[in-house]
Order: sequence, then structure tokens, then C-alpha cells
Amino acid sequence: MNTYWRTFKTAAWLGWEMDSNWTEPWLFMVYSVVKPVAGAFILVLMYTVFAIIGNRQDPAAFSYMYVGNSFFIFVASVLFGTFQVIQSDREWYQTMRYVYIAPISYYVYILGRAVSKIAVAAFAVLITLVFGALFLGVQMHISLEAVPLFVASTALGLAVLLAIGICLGGISFLTAKHTHGLAEGIPGIFYVFCGVLFPLSVLPGWGQAIGRAIPLTYWFDITRRLLAPTLGVNTTLTGYSDSVILLLLLVSSVGFFGLSVLVFKAGEYFARKAGKIDMTTSY
Amino acid sequence: MSAATARRTDWRYRINLNLHAVVGRSYPRIVGANREPSWIFFEAFLPLLGIAAYVFIYQAFGDRAIAAILGGTCGDHACADAAERDAFIALAKSNTNSLIASVVLGGTMVAFWLNVLWSMASQLYWEKEIGNLQLYMMAPMNRMALLGGMAVGGMVMTSMRAVSTLIAGIFVFGVVFQVANPLLLIAVFFATLIALYGLGMMFASLYLLWGREAWNLSALMEEPIFFSSGFYFPLGGLLRIPGWGPAVAIAGSFIPASLGLDALRQLTLGTTAFGGKFWIFDVTTELEILILMCIVFLILARYCLAYLETLAKREGKLTSRHQ
Repeated sequence: MNTYWRTFKTAAWLGWEMDSNWTEPWLFMVYSVVKPVAGAFILVLMYTVFAIIGNRQDPAAFSYMYVGNSFFIFVASVLFGTFQVIQSDREWYQTMRYVYIAPISYYVYILGRAVSKIAVAAFAVLITLVFGALFLGVQMHISLEAVPLFVASTALGLAVLLAIGICLGGISFLTAKHTHGLAEGIPGIFYVFCGVLFPLSVLPGWGQAIGRAIPLTYWFDITRRLLAPTLGVNTTLTGYSDSVILLLLLVSSVGFFGLSVLVFKAGEYFARKAGKIDMTTSY
Repeated sequence: MSAATARRTDWRYRINLNLHAVVGRSYPRIVGANREPSWIFFEAFLPLLGIAAYVFIYQAFGDRAIAAILGGTCGDHACADAAERDAFIALAKSNTNSLIASVVLGGTMVAFWLNVLWSMASQLYWEKEIGNLQLYMMAPMNRMALLGGMAVGGMVMTSMRAVSTLIAGIFVFGVVFQVANPLLLIAVFFATLIALYGLGMMFASLYLLWGREAWNLSALMEEPIFFSSGFYFPLGGLLRIPGWGPAVAIAGSFIPASLGLDALRQLTLGTTAFGGKFWIFDVTTELEILILMCIVFLILARYCLAYLETLAKREGKLTSRHQ
């Protein structure tokens, strides 16, 4: 256990240094905020254009979309923060072979490396939400009693995300340098099917079924219920109580943890067998 | 004059050499992509999902607008009669189609922009990191031929994703494009691509100097550029935001994709789309600006490359990794 903790701590420190020490702290802070805020502004403009053309305001739909998009920052950062470790160590820094043969758990090392991304993402989510509430009229108000439930659901949501990220890491042992395809594509699945920006009811039946099978759908739903309870947008998930959703998230995070260990080990095994552990694909 | 010197100063030899360099550098990109089947899934199919999300946003807005009209609200007032209601529903559907088409065209351009950032601008820095740059620098061809090869390979490689996005837009999302002037459309498209890749060539040289900041700079030029250049909405929407809107739109217009997209949208949706409210300039003016950008960026790329190569050599950074 001591080795795991030491690996985790050192990897977290390494990840933080790699992410942040290329520039001054203030510039890193600006950099960390500009990207997600610009992402939110794309949606603001999409809404504005539609409102101008249709001569119709829809603040509930806007708030729904804005809150969902803010929490989606976690999805993109945590997933990227985990699976990119393998490709950056393998292709970019070419240090994979040295880290891999060290007497540590590579799984724990990846988790540690992802921590700095989670910290930066949390900061960006906070800034985006505050900005939306103060300047864009996003309808948000969380009650004091809802805070523990919010913290618990966020922790479970992040656990699910980390596990999914590790699964992707296991797969990327075997693939060429597809970091950008993965970074765009996998979050894209959740962006479309998890009711992040629009209610599930917009999707066709099969799309709704996929959405309901992904635990993150419930995470986004409970987050919005707690942060913006008065929106009145039909999410098609009203039949699920808060406690049922929390239980679902708990079961999912345990399930996905098991799956992540399995996929990671399988990816590792096949990559070693095929001699791909330190492969570089520099075209 | 020695035989070698005579050969180096021979124009035919030099053109031939540089064309070979273009083909040689584009070859691994085109062939490498084809030899890696997972590429299609990761680079062509998966990114479609992100674009689909933006399509569904407009779809959701459209559905809610139509539901409100059916509920008796036409815009900001109550519907006077069934005829007004039907007219508003037709308008809402047409606007939704135009906005979805804007997203599809934007998604096509996103593919090229990402390729410019990650496979052009960052490439020389990347080559330095993996040790290829010194080999390129020792080779006798012009460095612009090297960058040209990277651009050609990148365009071909990215075309698959761009075409997939267009096909998905037409067949999956049911977008209707009305192309009245295909020749002008092709001219605008290629002028946009050349200007974009010219910008990428210029960045490639600058990134060589900036070192490790390069990766972060590329990452920073994703969402903020998608926003300021109107990849997912008509850029004219920014001009309607009082205060900061026009400033952001003007800044975003320095990226060739902004005006290119505006012109492509006019050519495929008609100038009357969105009530004609959101266009920046007419298509001909935008094409002229794009051609000017092509020339300026390619010249700047040439000078930046020469200057920064000298500077990097002088400061000893040309082959030092992880800086």
C-alpha cells in the first residue's frame, strides 16, 4: 500500500509539473480558464444566434445547456488526463520503457498523473459556473442541504470518469498516436448521449437507450437537479429519485473500476506480446 | 564551377528536388494513415460525435421553438391565426436547417484547423523532439518544400474526416445544401485551405522557437478559435453582441477559416439564409481577402522559417529536446 501511495504522490507531482511549469503561474491560470470559458461562449453564441433569428428567448434551455457544459469540462479533462499519459510517455517523451520497468503499479501511476488535470478542471468548472451566474443570467441556486449530496455525486462521477479513462488507456497501448481522435471522440459520445447540452428526449429512441445505459447521464442529471432545480426542462429521468441515482453511480463506479483493471491488464498483455509497449508512430 | 555547384544552381534540378521533397514528406502521412486502419475510426468516425452534439443543440432549440409556436406563441407575441402559426413553424424549421448546416460546414473546417495546429504548426517542434529535424536540416531541399509536403499530406489525410462530416451532415442530419455556383465554391474552399496551411507553415517556424509552450499554444487555439471564428455559428452573430462582440469577430477574422466559412455558408445556404442578417462581406470580397491571406501567410512563412532557423542554430536550440 505504501508503494501505491508513494507512486500516486510522485506521479501527481510529476503531472502537475509537466502541466504547469512551462510558463508563469498567472499565465497558466489564464490558460486553464480561457479554454473552457471559450467553449462555454460557443454555446452562448449558438443560443444568441437562435434567439435573434427566431425572435424568442429560452432561458431555461440556455441554463440547462450551460450547467451541463460546465460539468462536461470534467469529462474532457479527466478522460484526456488519463489516456494521454500512455501516448505522451510512449511517443512524445519516450520515457515509457523506463517508467514501465520501474517497480511500481503503472495503473496507479496513471491515476496520479491525472490528478493535476482534475484539479485544473475543478477550477475551470467553478470559474465557468460563477461567470455564467454573474454575467449570463444562468439560473442556479444550490441549497445548503443539497451540498453533501452534490459532493458525493461529484466524487462518484469523477470515479466513473477515471475508470473509463483507464479503460481507454488500456486500449491506447495497442493503437497508434490517436490522442486527438480519442480526446475528441470519446467525450463526443458522452456529449451526444448523456443529455449534457440537451434533454435525452431530443435523441431518437436508440440514442435515448444508449444514454440511459451510460452512468454519466445520471451524474449530469443529478448535478443539474441540485444546482438548477427550477429549470423545468423535461429530462425524461424524473422517475429516478436522487438516492436511486446516487446508488446507480456507486454501483457503476465499482463496476467500471473492475472493468478498467481488466481492460488495462488485457491491453498491457497484448501490447507486450506484440512488442508495442514503446512503439512510436511519428508520421 | 564544379559539377556539384552547377547541379545545385540548375533550376530544373532544384524544382525536381523540391517536388520530390514534397512528395517524400507527404507520402508517410498518406500511406501511414492508410496502413493504420484504426485511424479511420479514431480520426473520421469518433469526431463526428462531437459535431453531432452541436447539431442536436440546434435541433433541441428548434423543437422547443416549434413547441412554443404550437402552444400559441409566435416569436414575442401570441399567434394571430393558423396561417401565422404555420409561417412561423416553416421559418423555425428553415432556420434550424441552416444552423445545422452551419455546424456541419464548421465541423468540416474544424478537421482542417486541427490538422493545421497539430500536424503543421507543432510538427517541426515534434520532429525536433523525436530527432528528425536535424536530418531535415542537413538535406539539400528547400525547407518550404518540406512544409509543403506536410501540408499536402495533411490535407489528404484530413479530407477523410472532412468528407465524413459532410456525408453525415447530408445523410444523417438531413441538411439541405443549395449550391448555385460550384466553381466559386471550389475556389473559396481551396483559397481557405491554402491560407490556413500557409498560416500553419508560419506557426511551424514560430513553434520551433517557442519550444515547450508550443503544445499548450496549440491547445489554446482550439475552443477560443472555434468561438472567435464562428465554427459552429454564423460569425455575424458576434457582431450583434454589443461591446466586445465585434472586437472578438475582427480578431477571429485573422484566421482564414472565419471568412472562408462565412463565404462557404453563403454559397451553400444562399445569401438569404438567417434573413441575410449574419454575413460579414459578400463572397467575392471574402475570396479576395482569402487570396491576399494566402500570399501574405506564405511569404511570412518563408521569412519566419529562414529567420528562426538561423536563430535556432545560433542559440543552439535546433537539436536540443524537451525545452
